[in-house]
Amino acid sequence: MNDLRFTEQPFSHWMRTAGNESEIVISSRVRIARNLQKHPFPLLATNQHLEEVQQELRQVLKDPRLKAYGVLHPIQLSETDDLNKKMLVEKHLISPSLANESRNGAVYISEDESLSIMVNEEDHLRIQCLYPGFQIKEAWEKASAVDDIFEDHVTYAFDDKRGYLTSCPTNVGTGLRASVMMHLPALVLTQQINRILSAVSQIGLTVRGIYGEGSEAMGNLFQISNQITLGQSEAEIIDNLRSVVLQIIGHEKAARERLMSESRLRVTDRVMRSFGILSYAAVIDSKEAAQRLSDVRLGINLGLIDGIAPQTMNELMVLTQPGFLYKSFNGKIEAGEMDMYRAKLIRQKLGKSLK
Amino acid sequence: MLCQECGKRPASLHFSKIVNGDKSEYHLCEACAREKGELIPGTSGGFSIHNLLSGLLNFEAVEQGKRTVNPESLRCEVCGMTYSQFSKLGRFGCSSCYKYFNNRLDPLFKRVHGSTVHTGKVPLRVGGEIKTKRQIETLKRRLQDSIDHEEFETAAQLRDQIRELERQITEH
Ligand SMILES: [Zn+2]
Ligand SMILES: [Zn+2]
Repeated sequence: MNDLRFTEQPFSHWMRTAGNESEIVISSRVRIARNLQKHPFPLLATNQHLEEVQQELRQVLKDPRLKAYGVLHPIQLSETDDLNKKMLVEKHLISPSLANESRNGAVYISEDESLSIMVNEEDHLRIQCLYPGFQIKEAWEKASAVDDIFEDHVTYAFDDKRGYLTSCPTNVGTGLRASVMMHLPALVLTQQINRILSAVSQIGLTVRGIYGEGSEAMGNLFQISNQITLGQSEAEIIDNLRSVVLQIIGHEKAARERLMSESRLRVTDRVMRSFGILSYAAVIDSKEAAQRLSDVRLGINLGLIDGIAPQTMNELMVLTQPGFLYKSFNGKIEAGEMDMYRAKLIRQKLGKSLK
Repeated sequence: MLCQECGKRPASLHFSKIVNGDKSEYHLCEACAREKGELIPGTSGGFSIHNLLSGLLNFEAVEQGKRTVNPESLRCEVCGMTYSQFSKLGRFGCSSCYKYFNNRLDPLFKRVHGSTVHTGKVPLRVGGEIKTKRQIETLKRRLQDSIDHEEFETAAQLRDQIRELERQITEH
């Protein structure tokens, strides 16, 4: 029986807490990819193999040391409907690939949603740790500790020279992908963003905008992650990412100060107009919503807007995605009504906070 | 910044590709990136870094195919995947593929990662020997250092430590 608690409500534990540098860094995520030595990778594995992988990994979950991470709730993807899969993806609890392409796929999610263990995705095992704010090192330490527990029970595909063997050559070695999601409105407004991001992409890191339904980066959100997994140790990968993120935080803070000292009136106007639109619009598409939410978030950070918790912005980021929106109105949304319901939901949320 | 491909839409994807240690930069809008198959995993276009990779792999197959084994006949004996299937899919079939395709992998990993050898975490249970080997390598570097600096007493101590570790491995 699947546990639907994670799609019942939009908040994750991490959205309610602040975390370090949370005005600029939304979340820190680490994912490590592992495979079992004796089975083919999921791409070529038979259903029988994949069933055995599930059984073997399920045994590990009985290890009492895992209790430290809270109850792990199992979800079988084959027994999950499309809406709930979509919502799990919108909350970043599972990957789109596990939701849509896996055979015999499963996920185990911790009560606070900071740990999710994916089975039979592109690799047999993917351990993900998702923390609020800038806590990439902590996320790596936790994922690595969970990895050690698994390694106690199962034999990983590992090679002296190549390290942890993965299905895709882009993950071999450490199997580690570390990423930090950043909100960088001031760097975008001051037109410094491209210079900074292209510098970042020259040192082995990948930057991408966060996409919604449309094709442009939405809401001034950027995800910075390591591209290289072979030839650098995990500590080097994490340190490298940390130091780059710290520098970007510095640039964003400087840009915010400059905005406030040089164009306070214009910034205030922009922020308050967006606040007004979100508070009173009757129809709003996802792209505009993301942009306005970004403005309001900036306004809260700059002290231009009082009385709204920054966490409300995190919550709205998830709630205004199609899956959660649909669910919020009990699936009564007809085609073409999405934008109207999105506006309604935002008004409700802001209204409540304004009381 | 405008997309370097169409020059019309703003570039929203910025990334670099490492080819023979040289990094080239790409600034593309999503539409052009999708067309070129160079989307990064996790974006709405799906898993097309594999297309990008398979481009690299095919290039290599053509380049090397002339003088070495035909990629059609190079095959993993465990899962049956051929090298040419691997180049198209951009994914390995099983852990043994790494062994059977080993001779072809160094150039590929150099392109993707700028490196060919893992230096990170080692599984606790099976990794004892690897750790010792790494320790020996570090000690050998320090030994060379101390000889260069004519610190012979230190060198002698290091030599003893190396011998002891090598003995542990052979006894295993
Ligand atoms: Zn373009
Ligand atoms: Zn194979």
